[in-house]
Amino acid sequence: MTTLSGAFFGVIHRDLSIAMRHRGDLLNPLFFFLIVVTLVPLGISPEPARLAAMAPGMIWISALLATLLALDNLFQADFADGSLVHLMLSPQPLWLLVLAKIIAHWLVTGLPVVLFSPLLGLMLSLPEAGFLPLLLGLTLGTAVFSLLGAVGAALTVALHKGSVLLSLLVMPLYVPVLIFGTSAVQRAVDGMSYGGVMAMLAAASAFTLLIAPFAAAGALKVGING
Amino acid sequence: MWQWFHKLGSPRWFYHISGKFLPWLALASVVLIVTGVVWGLAFAPQDARQGNSFRIIYIHVPASFLALAGYYVMAAAGAVGMIWKMKLADMVMVAAAPLGAALTFIALFTGAVWGKPTWGTYWIWDARITSMLVLLFLYIGIIALSRSFSTRETSARACAILALVGTVNIPIIYKSVDWWYTLHQPATIKMTGAPSMHPDMFKPLLVMILGFYCFYALVLLLNTRTEILLRESRTTWVKELAEPK
Repeated sequence: MTTLSGAFFGVIHRDLSIAMRHRGDLLNPLFFFLIVVTLVPLGISPEPARLAAMAPGMIWISALLATLLALDNLFQADFADGSLVHLMLSPQPLWLLVLAKIIAHWLVTGLPVVLFSPLLGLMLSLPEAGFLPLLLGLTLGTAVFSLLGAVGAALTVALHKGSVLLSLLVMPLYVPVLIFGTSAVQRAVDGMSYGGVMAMLAAASAFTLLIAPFAAAGALKVGING
Repeated sequence: MWQWFHKLGSPRWFYHISGKFLPWLALASVVLIVTGVVWGLAFAPQDARQGNSFRIIYIHVPASFLALAGYYVMAAAGAVGMIWKMKLADMVMVAAAPLGAALTFIALFTGAVWGKPTWGTYWIWDARITSMLVLLFLYIGIIALSRSFSTRETSARACAILALVGTVNIPIIYKSVDWWYTLHQPATIKMTGAPSMHPDMFKPLLVMILGFYCFYALVLLLNTRTEILLRESRTTWVKELAEPK
């Protein structure tokens, strides 16, 4: 019988090694992120001053869309090959295994987006003061995106064409994170302190960490019957 | 004492009991809404600043109240359905979603119509308007989810989970949008005079709010009864209802 931590890290290890064997899939959200940000100067204006004014919001929105795009894969492949059912039948609590899957998923989708974001800040002429809050905020924010997204992904796992529905379900829930995230960057750019906003973001992610694994586990039990 | 609670578990019992309430609720909502509309539109005094255009609050405010309350009704029903596995609560939840979405839309629409003469534009990104729009999206998500499952039982369970996650989020969304609005506050627009309303204007509003609550209850019951008939369509009592011997 596997221990609790053995199962937890086992799931993380398994998901990471599967992701490593499909490296192409890892890059897709990143290229999506890059292309959306490239469209901004083409669609609006290449003028650095105007770009800088929009940079915090545009980077956050593109990061949100990029992580949303990758959410589909969270449970879908495991559901298709049947391993998800095995996870659910295992004696370990499902929320713990779901949390492990979310963490692994964030490591391969959220974290690269976070690490990539300074480059895009550079391309959109984000002022220097904005880089640190952008990195910090996106780290916390993408974690919330993955956690809340897992609930939506679990609900739509068995549905055909679930991906549009999935975006419809989770995007309204992302609103507070987007607001706090962009304003932290904006405040830093304007020379104000952003500690309070960052604390709100941290509180939001801690709170989501508390509820989302349980909700996602409950949702999986329902969604699998869809 | 718990008997009524157990009885609630029986859709058939609920169908018969709710049938007795329907005429009274219909009567109350017609009387209240007609009184409120005539009183509010014809007899309430004009607003000093907004003239007659303020009268749309007699629709706008009750609809906004119920749009938000409707989400909590839905989430509470979903929670009851999940905790006690009560079929009827699931049906109430599914019935409440389109109703709440419609009310949210009415609130947004009347707000836009009101905004044109008052603020000179149909749409502004005001905190309340934006929160209402997000609420509409939350409703739409639930409706879309409820339509995509093949069985009604599964779809109700899925919607209940989503509604509960949404309920936890709604206060956070509202507060964050409020806070966002104070950051970007446009200088030209200011809500005036909302709390200090003249009693002559306020009384018809109160009647309208009561009327809307009755109307909400009435439509919710009707929707739930339809849902009951759809779900129980294979049982004998529904068949007997449809084709009396």
